[in-house]
Amino acid sequence: MVNNKMTTPTTSSNTQKLIIVGNGMVGHHFAEQLVESGALAGFEVTIFGEERHRAYDRVHLSEYFSGRDAESLALCDGDYYHTHGIQLRSGEAVTAIDREQQLVVTEQGHYAYDQLVLATGSFPFVPPIPGNDSEGCLVYRTLDDLDAIQAAAKNATNGVVVGGGLLGLEAANALRGLNLDTAVVEFAPRLMPMQVDSEGGELLKEKIEALGVQVLTERATQRIEPGDTSRLRMVFQDDKVLETDLIVFSAGIRPQDTLARACGLTIGERGGVVIDDQCRTNDPNILAIGEVALWNRSIFGLVAPGYQMAKTAVATLTGGDTCFSGADMSTKLKLLGVDVGSIGDAHGNQNPGARMFRYLDPLTQVYRKLVVTSDGKKLLGAMLVGDNSVYDTLLQYYANGIELPKEPASLILPQQSGAAPALGPDSLPETAMICSCHNVTKGSICSAIDAGAADLGSVKGATKASTGCGGCAALLKSVVDHELEARGVEVDKSICEHFAHTRQGLYDIVRVEGIKTFSKLMEKHGNAETHRLGCDICKPAVASILASCFNEPITDAAHVPLQDTNDTFMANMQKNGTYSVVPRIAGGEITPEKLVVLGQVAQKYQLYTKITGGQRIDLFGARLEDLPAIWGELIDAGFETGHAYGKSLRTVKSCVGSTWCRYGVQDSVGMAIQLENRYKGLRAPHKIKFGVSGCTRECAEAQSKDIGIIATENGWNLYVCGNGGMRPRHAELFATDLDDEQLYRTIDRFLMFYVRTADRLQRTSVWRENLEGGLDYLKEVILEDSLGISDELERQMQHVVDSYQCEWANAISDPEKLKRFRSFVNDARPDPSIIMTSERGQPRPA
Amino acid sequence: MTATALKPTDSTDTRQPLCTKADLVAFSGVAAWLTTSQGAVQIALFYLPGHGNELFALDHQDPFSKAYVIARGIVGDIKGSPVIASPIYKQHFRLEDGQCLEDESVQLRTWRVGFQGDEVWVERE
Repeated sequence: MVNNKMTTPTTSSNTQKLIIVGNGMVGHHFAEQLVESGALAGFEVTIFGEERHRAYDRVHLSEYFSGRDAESLALCDGDYYHTHGIQLRSGEAVTAIDREQQLVVTEQGHYAYDQLVLATGSFPFVPPIPGNDSEGCLVYRTLDDLDAIQAAAKNATNGVVVGGGLLGLEAANALRGLNLDTAVVEFAPRLMPMQVDSEGGELLKEKIEALGVQVLTERATQRIEPGDTSRLRMVFQDDKVLETDLIVFSAGIRPQDTLARACGLTIGERGGVVIDDQCRTNDPNILAIGEVALWNRSIFGLVAPGYQMAKTAVATLTGGDTCFSGADMSTKLKLLGVDVGSIGDAHGNQNPGARMFRYLDPLTQVYRKLVVTSDGKKLLGAMLVGDNSVYDTLLQYYANGIELPKEPASLILPQQSGAAPALGPDSLPETAMICSCHNVTKGSICSAIDAGAADLGSVKGATKASTGCGGCAALLKSVVDHELEARGVEVDKSICEHFAHTRQGLYDIVRVEGIKTFSKLMEKHGNAETHRLGCDICKPAVASILASCFNEPITDAAHVPLQDTNDTFMANMQKNGTYSVVPRIAGGEITPEKLVVLGQVAQKYQLYTKITGGQRIDLFGARLEDLPAIWGELIDAGFETGHAYGKSLRTVKSCVGSTWCRYGVQDSVGMAIQLENRYKGLRAPHKIKFGVSGCTRECAEAQSKDIGIIATENGWNLYVCGNGGMRPRHAELFATDLDDEQLYRTIDRFLMFYVRTADRLQRTSVWRENLEGGLDYLKEVILEDSLGISDELERQMQHVVDSYQCEWANAISDPEKLKRFRSFVNDARPDPSIIMTSERGQPRPA
Repeated sequence: MTATALKPTDSTDTRQPLCTKADLVAFSGVAAWLTTSQGAVQIALFYLPGHGNELFALDHQDPFSKAYVIARGIVGDIKGSPVIASPIYKQHFRLEDGQCLEDESVQLRTWRVGFQGDEVWVERE
């Protein structure tokens, strides 16, 4: 009866069969660690996932209702497992484990194992209330749960979440996202009873009620019955009632230990598979990790300890000596937009003799509490509501046992002159945990730097620090900067030897002082000791800045020596000194008449034609002296320049949209043309690409663009900072369901902010990764106008839009500018060194 | 868009007039044909008003890509010396002696060049 499992040809007698039960975040991390440790070769790995989706980011589940889908929440690419020779069996639940024969049983068959890893996670606890199985009673745990909630919300106007803890408030956020009138019912006297005390809880309640969410505490639901005005009625202990269309239970989790119980593994009194420091269960061939595992009588319901267990389990299987020694349950959360932080013994009830400091500001609604040792020297815990800005500093004091300042209260009092400075990176010990998601200490960051990582990006790449939740980004940057400086790596931000300024600095100077030429800028702000000609670094950068600010034609006499050859001749130089010509084809839409003209021009000037990735047509092999004539014909036919040569807006790629497609929900082509025409000619630190998809199928691949727009039933979802090419990066969801005007305004602000602050030749993706404060900061600046610059950004963009003119039309109307397109100043004959041959019926360089 | 007509020149003359000042682009380059004893050569002419000799003549051919494009690079200065950056792979060549800054085994040929009135004259060898 042993197994109907396919064996791979690589299987040999010395590989072990390793089965992972559970494909959640921790199960996936285990597989990933196995891959990265290089130990994979010793195992033939099969993963069973009960859900039909492969592992996804459960921490950000509520974003499913604000535009993200299963694919974007997925923790790895679709072919990740396959690539590494791991077999993933999604949607195949394990029904039993036969420890004696070492078999895993599913409905489809039996599978032999040598080693088994249980990563079955947990299930939502549904309180035993009569009627809790009524229609409209749901839980919040999986994507399928969310689909069920979404379906139930279709005919609903209001919803209740039972449970006011972390997950309950997440669920409440999700219900709000579905436009339901939302209430939270909590059994305890306050919200988040695990993390905050009564004062913090009261403040939290006020803040959440201010968002329109009703909060009912100390409510024990007695029964659920059919309602009068809504689908359901909840009856509480005092016979008060609450009518609602749907109820989401989110009152905590319980370890999913059914399989482990049934096969006789040791289970804790209140559930959970008992494991030792190596993550082994009482069966030496079975390990358990994540929320199903009970270590030292504790279940760890956070992802970071789960990841540590995964790492430990890999070490256990491969002969490493990593131990799981418990985990810090400190957390920093943003629930319904409200900051909540909890560090160590936040309630001060685990340390006899502990003393407490409290600070409460009822006006700004901020509450901070410190729990310190009786001598006031060490931090035992802390609690924050309404503002997490001091969380990182406090966590370092706590986690590293750093001695507190003389007056510990200074750490939580409002910042004013004389207040305690934030803990600098130099005061952290080597063991200080910087990134708890990936277990990166200050020591490992230092090692990475010593091994050659010379900037933030390389440190991230080498250590994975700050690539999990991203909460440590600011801390990581300060540690890296500090360590680089300590090693004498001068973090010189000068753009080149001619200016002791960054690109951003030069931009501000140009804008504030209204400097309109390179020579003026050099005169006032250049480095005096050099020759003052500038160079191929600063000249194009300043040319771009001047164009962003004033939008004068780049071929004007004052600007022309600044330009790269591509901008000078408004075409792209190829390896043999000829140029390629790319007329604008906005949105990829072109009339047959214009297509014919492109063909005729290509024939006449013997150009090689190729379709570009941005839905345009590239004409290659144009001789310098032919460019004006080529453009004369193109402009007569209604074409304009496509800026394929500039650090500027390139294309807005689109799918065909609702006009033709049976799935389209908006006119993506129309929007793409609008956007392309709005932003064409905008010069920026680097090229900019857009994509517009008419529905969630995303045929325009908008999420790989700097600006991605995906149509929804209600408008447009905006994604930003994606990239294809060498370092692909998915764009991040920035705003949802925008109408056309909102979309333009948001993009105006976003692009101008990028133009203003990015480094030279920095694409939006890299800019975003280096932006302190990350996406949240970007949202604050662009969507909430936290810097008060939105009007100015919009005005600047409007100036660029209003002052647009086709550079080629401008140039061919000016004989002086056309002189530049002679191949030789003393001979009108073409350059004989350019020799073409023919391939597949088209010209190519010989 | 007419090119300055080629002037008939006496091939025994060691100097050749190439173009007029109006054909030049300040702080940038143009290309021209020069007749030498080894035949016709494409040269790049750079005009830096107010900088030393003001005029520089070098090979127009980029030794790295073999394309004739040097005149279309960006003029600048590096550590005090005026240079031209090749538009193909961005190596820098000193305008004064054609030396490549990235590869000391590579040097462009240079020619002596100057204004005579409004005309640009180059010495052939």
